[in-house]
Amino acid sequence: MNGTTPAPETMKSATELVVERPGEFARENYLSIHRGVRAWLLTKDHKRIGLLYLGTILIFFLIASVAAALMRIELLTPQPKLVTSETYNKLFTIHGVLMVWFFLIPSIPTVLGNFVLPMMIGARDVAFPKLNLMSWYIFVAGGALALWSLIRGGVDTGWTFYTPYSTTYANTHVISMAAGVFVAGFSTIVTGINFIVTTHKMRAPGLTWFRLPLFVWSLYATSLIMVLATPVLAITLALISVERFWGVGIFDPKLGGDPVLFQHLFWFYSHPAVYIMILPGMGVISELITCFSRKRIYGYAWVGSASMAIAILGFMVWGHHMFVSSQSVYAGMIFSILSFLVAVPSGIKVFNWTATLHKGSIHFATPMLYALGFIGLFTIGGLTGLFLAALAVDVHVHDTYFVIAHFHYIMVGGMVMAFMGGLHYWWPKISGRLYPEFAGKLAAMITFIGFNLTFFPQFILGYLGQPRRYHIYPPEFQIFHVLSTAGASVLGIGYLMPLIYFIWSWRRGRAAGPNPWRATGLEWQTSSPPPEHNFEQTPIVTGPPYSYSAEKDVDLNLASI
Amino acid sequence: MEEVVQPKVYVRTCIALLVLLAVTWSIGYINLGPFNLIVALAVSIAKAIVIALFFMHIKGSSRILHLAAVAGVIWLLIMISLTLGDYISRGWVPLNH
Amino acid sequence: MSISISPASEEAFVGQQFDDIEQQRDAAKLGMWIFLATEVLFFGGLFLGYTIYRFTYGHIFVEASRKLDVLIGGTNTAVLLISSLLMAFAVRAAKLDQRRALVGLLAGTAVLGCVFMSLKGVEYHKDYVDHLVPRMGFKWEGADPGNAELFYWIYFAMTGLHAIHVTVGIGIMLVLTLLAWLGKFSHGNHNTVEIAGLYWHFVDIVWVFLFPLLYLVGHR
Repeated sequence: MNGTTPAPETMKSATELVVERPGEFARENYLSIHRGVRAWLLTKDHKRIGLLYLGTILIFFLIASVAAALMRIELLTPQPKLVTSETYNKLFTIHGVLMVWFFLIPSIPTVLGNFVLPMMIGARDVAFPKLNLMSWYIFVAGGALALWSLIRGGVDTGWTFYTPYSTTYANTHVISMAAGVFVAGFSTIVTGINFIVTTHKMRAPGLTWFRLPLFVWSLYATSLIMVLATPVLAITLALISVERFWGVGIFDPKLGGDPVLFQHLFWFYSHPAVYIMILPGMGVISELITCFSRKRIYGYAWVGSASMAIAILGFMVWGHHMFVSSQSVYAGMIFSILSFLVAVPSGIKVFNWTATLHKGSIHFATPMLYALGFIGLFTIGGLTGLFLAALAVDVHVHDTYFVIAHFHYIMVGGMVMAFMGGLHYWWPKISGRLYPEFAGKLAAMITFIGFNLTFFPQFILGYLGQPRRYHIYPPEFQIFHVLSTAGASVLGIGYLMPLIYFIWSWRRGRAAGPNPWRATGLEWQTSSPPPEHNFEQTPIVTGPPYSYSAEKDVDLNLASI
Repeated sequence: MEEVVQPKVYVRTCIALLVLLAVTWSIGYINLGPFNLIVALAVSIAKAIVIALFFMHIKGSSRILHLAAVAGVIWLLIMISLTLGDYISRGWVPLNH
Repeated sequence: MSISISPASEEAFVGQQFDDIEQQRDAAKLGMWIFLATEVLFFGGLFLGYTIYRFTYGHIFVEASRKLDVLIGGTNTAVLLISSLLMAFAVRAAKLDQRRALVGLLAGTAVLGCVFMSLKGVEYHKDYVDHLVPRMGFKWEGADPGNAELFYWIYFAMTGLHAIHVTVGIGIMLVLTLLAWLGKFSHGNHNTVEIAGLYWHFVDIVWVFLFPLLYLVGHR
């Protein structure tokens, strides 16, 4: 398919490689074939739906980031200066709700998953293209409800909607916000069903389960959680809305109802949802680490099975969010042990990625910088999670900034880094063009530094006893808050840079060619941008994935393209 | 190539379901203590299995459909058993020291 | 035991993303079964609430359950079971390309669904008259009225959610009846009828559990 083979001796890194080898821009592609707004709004093409999702979640990411920025500015001083307590409560609620349900959960699955999953398995589209489009419309409807709730004055319950505050005492727009999340949940379910069926039924000839790229495994595990956990959130939100509306309900202590039952239901969804927010990221990292160290993944079956183990074990640990509620100590002990167990498959992944790096031919391209950042930050986030899974330690740091720092290391240091890495990695496929590599590396570094500056001080803050969700604090904590706010400003620059150069490269970037990274996945065996139905001919798979070879580093043309 | 089942299979299935309904209903008038619940659940589970096997054609379908059919139930059992475990064990710690 | 049908012009209904009708049918069935697993957990939240409170307030649940109308509840179970029989025959008729039978069976399923909903309506009205509706004139003579109210709240939530599903099912059946009458499901294009059938049977299964759990908590 591709005739231009560069002279192998001159290659030092994947980046330089690209410079020497201007690729070909496919004129006939999924972007050019049908033009106009109508064609986009009625598209059934998984690639276009992925881009629709990308645009939508970026809007929510921006709004939620503004909320975070306002909070960080407010926290510069120990006494309130910028916002009232009520506004502060609404800010952290909207930040949480939008970031969790309207950015992190859809981020990698609906954007990168939608775009590359069918191509990775050699399919023309997902199994149910109309449902795929429908899921985007449902998502937009849910988002509109959430924004409507925000415009009417917002919600102050926190993203967790704890009862009885949310059902009885809050004077804010809980029902419309809950309705927004409820509706968006169905879009997640539809995506999950689509991905599971696609992976089962649409694989190219020869593509057995153990030849699947690890990103597909991780999306499959994620989809499993999506379809089995999300309905529980839906019914729980419906129950608090009805209780609020009707005046009595099953969490109502007046009738003998138990508000802690709400926590059980909520965390039965929301803990697995944490894995919806990290598993796809882990899949992306497996793709990046192998490609940019030119090596097969170390222990393929272990990494793939670890995804499944995390998905299943992740359903049995939710009680660790409830150690200081009225949950029984015995249940707490069981949940604590199970939480320690779930660290095992996560550890397997980290060790296998680092083992893959060993003796690899490592290219520090932008996606790889994000991937390496991910491994370090995820490890910190994961290990501090073990502190929190220990009953006694949790009593000390529960509801403090320690928890905030812990899950931001997973969600932002993990998932967002992986999302950015994946976006850079597949951008040449998505747009057919290359982003500026130097700016990319710079942005990756700035993000990494800004992130650590923002969230590392919060570990110390939390350990010293600063509770979460307060905007008034003792003056001795100010230095940590100032550091954190400074870090957030740096982080903001790190996020704005890619936005600018991606938009620039969409038209101005140099043509990427079908496979600028010399990667082995099926998605690289078609032109960039891909044609409407992905492949000219259905590919036939004859071997395992990641057939890179570090010894033959200079001969990068082994993807047989 | 799609295959269809003989009509009598469906009719027999329905009769079996109605008989099972009669069993539940009549047991409801007898005091069996805790066994009222156990029998009622056992009959319901039997009915659900019969419906799934014959009306929903789980019998003779691929293994992945079997898996999808039981997955929801297994996950429901995880949710109920771990939560119920909390409520059962709440009274175990004596509060009066 | 089974009769096979030869494909006539089945390939005309294959979506561009699929290779053949077999793949399309398998995908649709698997998708529906996964959706049903989702539904199990959607109802599951309520089943969990029921389990916890029945464990905590068992005696009150027995008392409260006795006030529900077991005759209507039981009859409705039979109505749904028979509707499931019609649905199973409808799927069979679609596979055999028997258009008139299909139209009749789908309409019959919808009618039985309406019978179920009418009986449910009568029962809800009776509950209201008997002061069993939480917060709407709820009265309880015995001990622990709050816990009894909790039982009826769960009863209305579970049967209400089920009723919504039956209503959606009736809507689907009516649309399918119309489409069948127009001949949309001929020549092997019976996928839609089959997966709608799966949904209908599932709604039936939910009721099979609701009936004893709500109406027959203890003995009567």
